[in-house]
Amino acid sequence: MSLSYFVQQLLNGLSLGGAYALIAIGYTMVYGILRMINFAHGDEFMMAGYFMIYSIAVMPWFLSIPVVILLTILMSVLIERAAYKPLRSAPRMSVMISAIGVSYLLENLANYLFTAMPQSYPQIQILKKVYSFGDVSVSRVTLLAPILTILLAWGLITIVNHTKLGMAMRACSKDQDTARIMGIRVDNIITTTFIIGGALAAIGSILYFTDRNTVQPYSGSLPGLKCFVAAVIGGIGSIPGAVVGGFVVGICQIIITAAGYSVFSDAFTFVLLIIILICKPTGLFGEKAVEKV
Amino acid sequence: MLEVKNIKINYGGIEAVRDISFQVPNGKIVTLVGANGAGKSSTLRAIVGLVKTQEGAVTFNDALLTGKRTDEIVKQGITLVPEGRHVFPDQTVLENLKIGAYLRSDDLTEDLEEVYSLFPRLKERSWQAAGTLSGGEQQMLAVGRALMARPTLIMMDEPSLGLAPIVVQEIFNIIKKINARGTTVLLVEQNANMALRIADYAYVIENGRITMQGTGHELLSDEKVRAAYLGTGAGK
Repeated sequence: MSLSYFVQQLLNGLSLGGAYALIAIGYTMVYGILRMINFAHGDEFMMAGYFMIYSIAVMPWFLSIPVVILLTILMSVLIERAAYKPLRSAPRMSVMISAIGVSYLLENLANYLFTAMPQSYPQIQILKKVYSFGDVSVSRVTLLAPILTILLAWGLITIVNHTKLGMAMRACSKDQDTARIMGIRVDNIITTTFIIGGALAAIGSILYFTDRNTVQPYSGSLPGLKCFVAAVIGGIGSIPGAVVGGFVVGICQIIITAAGYSVFSDAFTFVLLIIILICKPTGLFGEKAVEKV
Repeated sequence: MLEVKNIKINYGGIEAVRDISFQVPNGKIVTLVGANGAGKSSTLRAIVGLVKTQEGAVTFNDALLTGKRTDEIVKQGITLVPEGRHVFPDQTVLENLKIGAYLRSDDLTEDLEEVYSLFPRLKERSWQAAGTLSGGEQQMLAVGRALMARPTLIMMDEPSLGLAPIVVQEIFNIIKKINARGTTVLLVEQNANMALRIADYAYVIENGRITMQGTGHELLSDEKVRAAYLGTGAGK
């Protein structure tokens, strides 16, 4: 493996990792507040891909991007209202099963509305501009993805740790009834979490699909699963953990593929999951379960 | 005045509260005493809107609270210090106090000073994670956090639970101080002896119903109350 080839692949890995990290944040935040895995999150990401295909057909790219983000947020909030909110006092397992149901619903809905044929993802010229450094050539989106991810994650961590909203989010994730007694409207905080998750999934989908060219109804299922794994590796509930996990999974996948073992690249992600669960079940940045009563 | 009229609470077919009515006049300390599972905590949780009542109504200064969201009720000036303290363990003492003032947007400096003067220990530990405090300190933090909302009525659910006798005494002194500043107190206690001593008026709850009521002193000297809740031994 020559150096330039390695650098090229590392950049590709960082780019994929950035997209994964944004989606992993969605999993980790919803888990943090509702203690459930939103299995529909990967499919929301897939739907965001279709939103872009259809919106760019009728408007310029600089309008399409905010429209896609808004539509994905709307979908994310609607899913929460329709499928999770009515189960607020039900056991967590019921909510999780509801999430799996929503996941299949979205996949089949996409199949029905958009057919199973892969559709080509719009090529936004401004994102596809290619830079060359010697033998290494990268598109603008490849360079943008990790930077944007870090900036968004930093902004989000600042909100969570240093604002009143963040204080309320942390309170809700620990103890919802007590948060209510403080005057916090827990349902609003949950909606906010889904708004953030939806927005990040939409941005992640733009970064991901621009480099991959096609969308089909199952485009979200394996990436979704990998991002869930990324969140678990980083320590579910932790935003920095999700970012690190996303980059680890993305970079490993690209490096393994580049080394000629593409058959194993998906399997590796899940091997990594098993290793983490055995050696450090709370993940790299996971919360400690001990607390004084 | 807080007025609870004929409330009834079911949890999946089990009647936790069958028929409870009582009043808490402004500026007084009223206590609900009774055994574990009598329906005391459920009553407090219903007042603050955390559990639904099947029947009955709760009003506060003539405004209906029943059916309102918890944040709307808290806005009316009612707070609850929950049983088991429930401080936010990973957040600092200071952050916990700030969460207590969540609905306020004015300056908190004065209130923080006031809470710190009531509980000097909290000031020493203001940068410590609340989960590392002792049980008594956590109880003080839970009370301080409730005070940060500037309540006109503070409800306390078993504030003495699991605390050493000397700390219990301290907590009850604080309750009297808070009341002396003009805040109405509704106190739920299994420690009937302590609660009745400081209460202006008291209700005994058994199996989801009020079975006796009177001033704290009347109940303290009542034969039946002594037998059931204070034990027969002199020192208890």
